[in-house]
Amino acid sequence: MSYKIIASQCTSCSACEAECPNVAISEKGGTFVINPKKCTECIGYFDIPQCVAVCPVENTCVIDNSVPRYKAAV
Amino acid sequence: MDEGFVELQDLEVVSGDPKVLDDVLQKMAEHKGCGTKGGSGKASCGSSAGQGDMPDEIWEKVKNHPCYSEEAHHHYARMHVAVAPACNIQCNYCNRKYDCANESRPGVVSEKLTPEQAAKKVLAVASTIPQMTVLGIAGPGDPLANPAKTFKTFELISQTAPDIKLCLSTNGLALPDHVDTIQKFNVDHVTITINMVDPEIGAKIYPWIFYNHKRIEGVEAARILSEHQLRGLEMLTERGILCKINSVMIPGINDHHLVEVNKAVKSRGAFLHNIMPLISAPEHGTVFGLTGQRGPTAQELKALQDSCEGEMNMMRHCRQCRADAVGLLGEDRSAEFTTDKIMEMDVNYDSAGRKAYQEKVEEERQAKVAAKQAELETMAGEISDIKILIAVATKGGGRVNEHFGHAKEFQVYELSTSGAKFVGHRRVDLYCQGGFGEDAGLETIIRAINDCAAVFVAKIGGCPKNDLIKAGIEPVDKYALEYIEQSAIAYFKEYLEKVRSGAIQHVARGDADIRQGALIAAE
Repeated sequence: MSYKIIASQCTSCSACEAECPNVAISEKGGTFVINPKKCTECIGYFDIPQCVAVCPVENTCVIDNSVPRYKAAV
Repeated sequence: MDEGFVELQDLEVVSGDPKVLDDVLQKMAEHKGCGTKGGSGKASCGSSAGQGDMPDEIWEKVKNHPCYSEEAHHHYARMHVAVAPACNIQCNYCNRKYDCANESRPGVVSEKLTPEQAAKKVLAVASTIPQMTVLGIAGPGDPLANPAKTFKTFELISQTAPDIKLCLSTNGLALPDHVDTIQKFNVDHVTITINMVDPEIGAKIYPWIFYNHKRIEGVEAARILSEHQLRGLEMLTERGILCKINSVMIPGINDHHLVEVNKAVKSRGAFLHNIMPLISAPEHGTVFGLTGQRGPTAQELKALQDSCEGEMNMMRHCRQCRADAVGLLGEDRSAEFTTDKIMEMDVNYDSAGRKAYQEKVEEERQAKVAAKQAELETMAGEISDIKILIAVATKGGGRVNEHFGHAKEFQVYELSTSGAKFVGHRRVDLYCQGGFGEDAGLETIIRAINDCAAVFVAKIGGCPKNDLIKAGIEPVDKYALEYIEQSAIAYFKEYLEKVRSGAIQHVARGDADIRQGALIAAE
């Protein structure tokens, strides 16, 4: 799995971009997106996903069920 | 969050005598780049306009800073560049989600800028508006949650426009980590928003902080925040960096507690305390907006400011402007300087012209102070406990120079035998929309200045005049275009005489509303 950002809720504040340990987050079309190939759900780095913890809008950084689970998590 | 630099006012006529300043502007236009040499260095400010009991070295630093000196904001402009979008805490009075052109409040901007765009914008604005002396970074998030962007911006500006003062406004969480860098870039003013020193109270204001890669909630979050704020404040004042404290007054949550905050920040060397009313409308979508948490009334705010005043200097001219505001306090010219427009501008930084303009402003300020002093001397010997408030319609320059119907705000002065003291401002809806006064608008204005005995205007129509008199507020237009403080003292002398002769009766006035919602740029 990976996290994704719900674009309609993103304020484009960029806080998540700097916190991501995998440099998986970038600006695209005015809001921020997570590259599912790079996202590790912060496993191996932090207890909680950093994008979720720093995002000012609740339920905006959420699990993306459309991509396979992150391997290390299995 | 950036309750930081906050303020406002009208621009066309910036300072006292519009003609003199126009002449200077004209010269600047004619001789762009060819040195209008005038004097060396800064104009020295011999007298103490607005200095109060501030030590000289602090006054010297703040006298031309619109966000710090109430008197300077009539003459000097500031701008904020929105290079810092990320924030590391959540406040119940802030919501980053909504941004529209009609929303004018801290934490909201229309456009984010890169440091390079910001530097160009500063030069463009400084060349267009010679009274622009201060650049602040106030968000829309927290400048120190975006340290690379914030300090890169300072670096670029200090290289190209070294005469511009740099300041920043922070919630304080990351402050202790960056004090040395702040000092390195010669930032001489820092604003810290401190709403509490008691974590139990803090837990009602801050739902969480992001610290050490964790989201921390509740009392623990407030404890860490408070600790960092106070430590950061101490570190800055130890290094001689001026600190202003902003506090948001939230009735029922921290209103009484702010007296404690005032003591705590004063003892750690803060030089100015700015207590601001909570802005909370449901449409802003903030937690407080949605829970119906009210803001203070005008008299509640004034009473708290008055009770802290014995402790330290209080700031009362804050207009709670946006994190991308441009211009004098209370006005916003940011629409003239959008990124597209800036990038097309051919900027020629005219430091000689700026200096000439600013020297003229200094002369004006001295004249205003002299006029006030002369008038005050005539009051010597008057003894009375009476205090009244008056509202003044002004475009700036310290003069009564705005039509009642065109006023977007009124400045409020407290008059007593010790003189005229600026105690705040009241935003109002424009009464005059295309020449026809609307009764609903007039009622709003009366509610906003209901605690005032009189309203000074350059001009006023017959209808509003009668309604004001009915509401017990005397419309006064005989001081049109005169200096505010000088006129106010003269008015107060007459008032006392009338009370003594029995021509009028002195009655206590009621409370007034603080208008919620956006200040929309003038049409």
